[in-house]
Amino acid sequence: MALRFSDPTVVPSDITPETVFNNRRRFMSASFASSSLILLPNARADQVADNSKVSLDFKESEFSTDEELTSKHDATTYNNFYEFGTDKEDPAKHAHLMKTQGWQLSVEGEVHKPKTFDLDALLQLAPLEERVYRLRCVEAWSMVIPWLGFPLSTLLKVVEPTGNAKFVEFLSLHDPEQMPGQNYNVLDWPYIEGLRIDEAMNPLTLLTLGMYGHRLPNQNGAPVRLVAPWKYGFKSAKSIVKIKLVEKQPVSSWNKASPNEYGFYSNVNPAVSHPRWSQRKERRIGEFFKRDTMMFNGYGEWVSELYRDMDLTKYF
Amino acid sequence: MLSARKIRLFCVALSCFPLLYLIIKGANQDLTANPIEYVSQFTGWWSLTFLIITLSITPAREIFNQPRLFPLRRTFGLVTFSYASLHMVMWAFVDQLLDVEAIFQDVTERPFIYLGVGAYIGLTILALTSRWSIRRRIGERSWERLHRGIYVVSLLAVSHFFILVKRDTTEPLLFCLVLLVLLGYRGISKILSMTR
Repeated sequence: MALRFSDPTVVPSDITPETVFNNRRRFMSASFASSSLILLPNARADQVADNSKVSLDFKESEFSTDEELTSKHDATTYNNFYEFGTDKEDPAKHAHLMKTQGWQLSVEGEVHKPKTFDLDALLQLAPLEERVYRLRCVEAWSMVIPWLGFPLSTLLKVVEPTGNAKFVEFLSLHDPEQMPGQNYNVLDWPYIEGLRIDEAMNPLTLLTLGMYGHRLPNQNGAPVRLVAPWKYGFKSAKSIVKIKLVEKQPVSSWNKASPNEYGFYSNVNPAVSHPRWSQRKERRIGEFFKRDTMMFNGYGEWVSELYRDMDLTKYF
Repeated sequence: MLSARKIRLFCVALSCFPLLYLIIKGANQDLTANPIEYVSQFTGWWSLTFLIITLSITPAREIFNQPRLFPLRRTFGLVTFSYASLHMVMWAFVDQLLDVEAIFQDVTERPFIYLGVGAYIGLTILALTSRWSIRRRIGERSWERLHRGIYVVSLLAVSHFFILVKRDTTEPLLFCLVLLVLLGYRGISKILSMTR
């Protein structure tokens, strides 16, 4: 599990202190060993194991929080990914059915240079950064996860959005053979999510290819997903096959299912409660006491400008 | 022939199994990444299941002509109350940590919470008045009328489950269906006895 810093632009402050480095190595190898033991009985060796065993090189990021990481075991066994079932344990059980070899991501719509990327092309598009982000689920629990990826803006710049590109739509894989949960009309498949173009271009918005030093496990949205840490978790589409730049605001799956519960923006906001959950507090997975939820999940410094003149109780 | 007392003891022992399962899972640290949520949902699910079992005693007794089953109404009613109490303790003490303000907001703002709390208040009244001595003191007729409250409790409890589920309503629908059958049985047998 080599951490190789190949980026020549690294400055001394980027370099992790040795103790932290060793801790992280110890943590990663320990949690990886335990998670692979747990995955093995279910996994067919060529699939789940394949993805989450491939380690990736990366550099550190100034956007990372220094909060304690959620254990990899918890982050890979407690998931909302309805394509594989509605129980939290379902994705880890069923995600091995999804095949990620030969995956294609097409970027199209209001762009000058539409393009289809395979996984290698994505991995080579930009140096991967490790972004340790807080993840706040709309169900009032949270985690801290070390994602690996690069800003979505890097990808969007390659395809050159036109002046009409006001929104970005994300479509996840739709194949009930690989995603057994899609045999039930719990949501309208495929899973669709969207961002406003300025949200998509925000430096925090991460096109994500890995976590905990390795490629994404299937149940966490392999091989390529979005992470927008100031929004509730469901905004971050998983297993994306298509990114479309569009003029009109996309209708997201959850918004379509219950418009009064899940707004298009869905920014983390302790002042606007969901009909079923107060959003004032959250329980960090692994902790007993609840903690206060932060406005924009603590990322206001980078994103509050995006919503300056908006009534966030109306555009929730 | 099994005596009514033996049947009752057997049912109480059987009712402890879900709790035992939970304790073993807890000892193995196998309550998912979010144990508080898991235990809350587990105790809630079993409260509902035992409520349904309680409501099945009368139809079973009548259909199979087994008067010995009669006392099991109270047995399973109290088991239901016990699991519901665990469920309430999980919510008020463990999840909300007795934060009075948060509990008050939860109860007033969220329909599924006040439906659930309403169901539990109903269950508590029924449990407290379930003893024979109290039954005799209140009088058979008013006691029967009071304990028809279990129908209201069951409707509150099933609606509580139904609206708290985010999207996949399969399980709450199944509970609704079974409840409808059990309540429908009573309605039909009442109509039949009136026309006879």
